[in-house]
Amino acid sequence: MIKIEVNKRQVEANKGELLLTAIRRAGIKVPTLCHFEGLPPSGACRLCVVEMDGRLIPSCATTVADGMKCQTHSSKAVRARKTIIELLLADHPDDCLYCVRNGNCELQTLAEEYGVRTRRYQGEKSTCHLDVSSPALERDPAKCILCGKCVRVCEEVQNVSAIDFAGRGSKTRIETAFNEGLNMSSCVFCGQCIKVCPTGALREKSSIKEVLEAIADPDKVVVVQHAPAISVSVGEAFGLKPGSECSGPLNAVLRRIGFDKVFDTSFTADLTIMEEGSEFLARLKGKGKLPMITSCSPGWVKFAEEFYPDMLDNLSSCKSPQQMMGAVIKNYYAEKANIDPKKIFSVSIMPCIAKKFEVTREEMLTDGVPDIDAVITTRELVRLMKMRGLDLNSIEPEPADNPLSLKTGAGKIFATSGGVMEAALRSAYHLVTGKELDSLDIKAVRGLEGRKEAKINIEGTEIGVAVVSGLKNASDLLDEIRAGRNDLHFIEIMACPGGCINGGGQPIGVTPEAVAGRMKSLYSIDKSEKYRASHLNPDIQKLYKEYLGEPLGHKSHKLLHTHYTKRDVVK
Amino acid sequence: MSVVENIIKQHSNPGRDSLIPILQAVQEHEGFISRESVIEIGKALDLPASKIYGVATFYNQFRFSPHGKWVVQVCRGTACHVKGSAALLSRIERELGISAGGTTRDGLFSIEVVACIGACGLAPVIAVNGNFHAKVSPDDVPEILRNYRNQTVEGTK
Repeated sequence: MIKIEVNKRQVEANKGELLLTAIRRAGIKVPTLCHFEGLPPSGACRLCVVEMDGRLIPSCATTVADGMKCQTHSSKAVRARKTIIELLLADHPDDCLYCVRNGNCELQTLAEEYGVRTRRYQGEKSTCHLDVSSPALERDPAKCILCGKCVRVCEEVQNVSAIDFAGRGSKTRIETAFNEGLNMSSCVFCGQCIKVCPTGALREKSSIKEVLEAIADPDKVVVVQHAPAISVSVGEAFGLKPGSECSGPLNAVLRRIGFDKVFDTSFTADLTIMEEGSEFLARLKGKGKLPMITSCSPGWVKFAEEFYPDMLDNLSSCKSPQQMMGAVIKNYYAEKANIDPKKIFSVSIMPCIAKKFEVTREEMLTDGVPDIDAVITTRELVRLMKMRGLDLNSIEPEPADNPLSLKTGAGKIFATSGGVMEAALRSAYHLVTGKELDSLDIKAVRGLEGRKEAKINIEGTEIGVAVVSGLKNASDLLDEIRAGRNDLHFIEIMACPGGCINGGGQPIGVTPEAVAGRMKSLYSIDKSEKYRASHLNPDIQKLYKEYLGEPLGHKSHKLLHTHYTKRDVVK
Repeated sequence: MSVVENIIKQHSNPGRDSLIPILQAVQEHEGFISRESVIEIGKALDLPASKIYGVATFYNQFRFSPHGKWVVQVCRGTACHVKGSAALLSRIERELGISAGGTTRDGLFSIEVVACIGACGLAPVIAVNGNFHAKVSPDDVPEILRNYRNQTVEGTK
C-alpha cells in the first residue's frame, strides 16, 4: 500500500495500479470515454487528464508512485476536458433528439456535465456512410468518436477482429477490411461492441416497426416468447434492483402491448436439454464426435463456422431454445390451437443481437416457413414499453400462456454461463442412471470466470466438462483441443462474457455487479422452482407424448435439429 | 507458388513485424495490394484482414487498385499550394471523373497526391509517369490529358 495525494487529500493506492483506479476508489469522478476495465490502457480520449506539477497527464495510463500529488479538477484540467468534448462535438452530428442513445450517451452526458452551451469550434464534418449491411447490427461512423473500445472488445475479448482503425489523422475511421460492410466481415453479431460504444455509432437493427405492424394487423396472431435472461434484466430500466425477477409483470406488459400469446423460452430450454442430453449420451456411446459443444449461442455458432470449421462436427445439432420454440409454435401449437401457421407472427425477445441473424439462416426455415419472424432485444423491449406508457412497477403480474411456458429451474439458468451445462448434467445423469443427482447444484460450473472446468462422475464414468464464455476464452480452449487435449467430453460455449445475462442486446451501461446480480437471481429462481430438472417438466413430457415421440426421433430431427457449414468471410 | 507465398518465404520467421516489408514487396510485384493478397498475408502471419487493411490504409504508399496506364502525380507541397495546386487537383479530378487515389474505369489514368515532388521552382507542378509539367494552370489540364490519351490510342493502333 502506498500513499498519494489527490486534491490535497491523502489517498491510499496499491503498488502498480493505475492512477485512475486509485482516484476512482477514493470516490472522485474523473471521466473517460476510452478506458476499458480489465484491458491495458489505451489513452485515446485524454479526458482523464489530471494536473501534476503543472502538467496534464492521463490518469488512465499512469502508474501510481509513492508521494504522487495530483489535482483532478484544477481549472487547467477541467478546461482541457471541456475543450476535448467541444472538439469531439465539432465533428459529431447534432441530432441527439433522433439518436437511439438520446439520454443514454456518454458524450451527451459529458457535454452537459461540463456545461457546453455554445458551438465553439465549427468546421467541416466528416462524411460517412451508414453500414446497414448486416441483419443484426448497424454502424453509423458519423457518430464515432474513435475511442477504439469496439475494436478492442472485438479483438481482445472476442478474438474476432472484424473491425479496426483505418486511415490516418483527421481521416481515421473504424472500418471492416476493405470497408465492405459488416455482412462480408467476420463479425459474429455478438453485439458486445454496442455495449461498450459511448455514443450511438453502434446499435442493433431494430425490429420494433415490424412487430408493431404485425400487432396492428387483425389477420395476424402475434405470439411472443421471452428468453430466460429477460425477466432478470429488464427491471433495471424501471429502477428495480439488478437481477429483480419480473416474469409476472413482463407477461402482463406484453399482453398490454398487444401480443396474443406469451410464452417463456425457458420451456424450450428444457426441450433443448432433452434433445441435447440424449445426443450427448449417444455420442458417449460412440455415435458422433466428442467433446460435444453446445450450440445455443448463435454468435458462437457463427464464430465456429468461420474460425473452427474443422470442429463443426463437435457442435450439438440441436437448434437453440429460441428456434425450438419457433418451430414448436408454428407446428405443435398451431395444430393444437387450430391456427393456420401462416397467420402466426412469431416474435422473440432476446438479450442477444446474433439472434436477429440466427432467424435469417436458411436452416431455420421449416418447410419454407421461418421459425421466428422478428427478434427484439431487451433494449427494444424497454423502448416498446415506454412507447406504450407501461411500467413494470405498476402492473399486476400474470402467468405466461400454456402449454409452452411451464419452466424448470434448469431451463431458467440457461441465461448464465454454466447454466446449460448444469441443466444438461442434471438430466444426463437421470438418463444414464434412472436416478436423480443427490445434489442438483453443480457449483464447479457456476460463476463469472471466463473458463470453468470440472470432472463429473456418472456411475463410474468420469465426464470431463468445461464451460467458457467470451470468444477469446473459447478460442484458447479450442486451440488446446486442436493441439491434442482429449480429457473433455462436453463443453458449453457462450459468445458473451458471462453468458446471456451480459448479452449484446442487454441494457447499455451495465456494471459487472449488475451482471452478478442477474446471475444470483437466476440461481435463486432455480432453487425455488417446483421442478429443477428438464426431464421432470410435465409439459415437456406431454409434448413428447402427444407430438414429438421421443428425443432424437423423426419429428425432433425435422423440427429441432439443424446443421452447420463452413463460412467464407473476410477474416 | 503465389507472389505472396514467394515473398513470405524470403522472410525468416515472418511475424507481425514483417507486415510492412511484405506489403511493400507485394505492391512492388503486383502494382497494388489486392484483397486476395491481404487475406493470404493474414493467413500466413496470423493477422486479421481488418488489421492489415488498417495498417495499409495508414500509409499513403499503399494502393488497393491497380494503377492506370498514366499516373498523374499532383504536388500538394507548400509552394504548389501557394500557386494554386488545390484548384489544379480539383480540375484534374473533374476532367477524369475520379478523385485522388482513384483510377478511371478504362484503366487509363490514376491520380496520386504527392506531399512535395521536389520541384518547387516549377510550381504548380504535376508529373505523369515521371514527365514533369511545369506551372500548370487548370485550363491546361484538358490538353495535357488529351495528349496522353492520344498516345495510348496510337500505341494500340
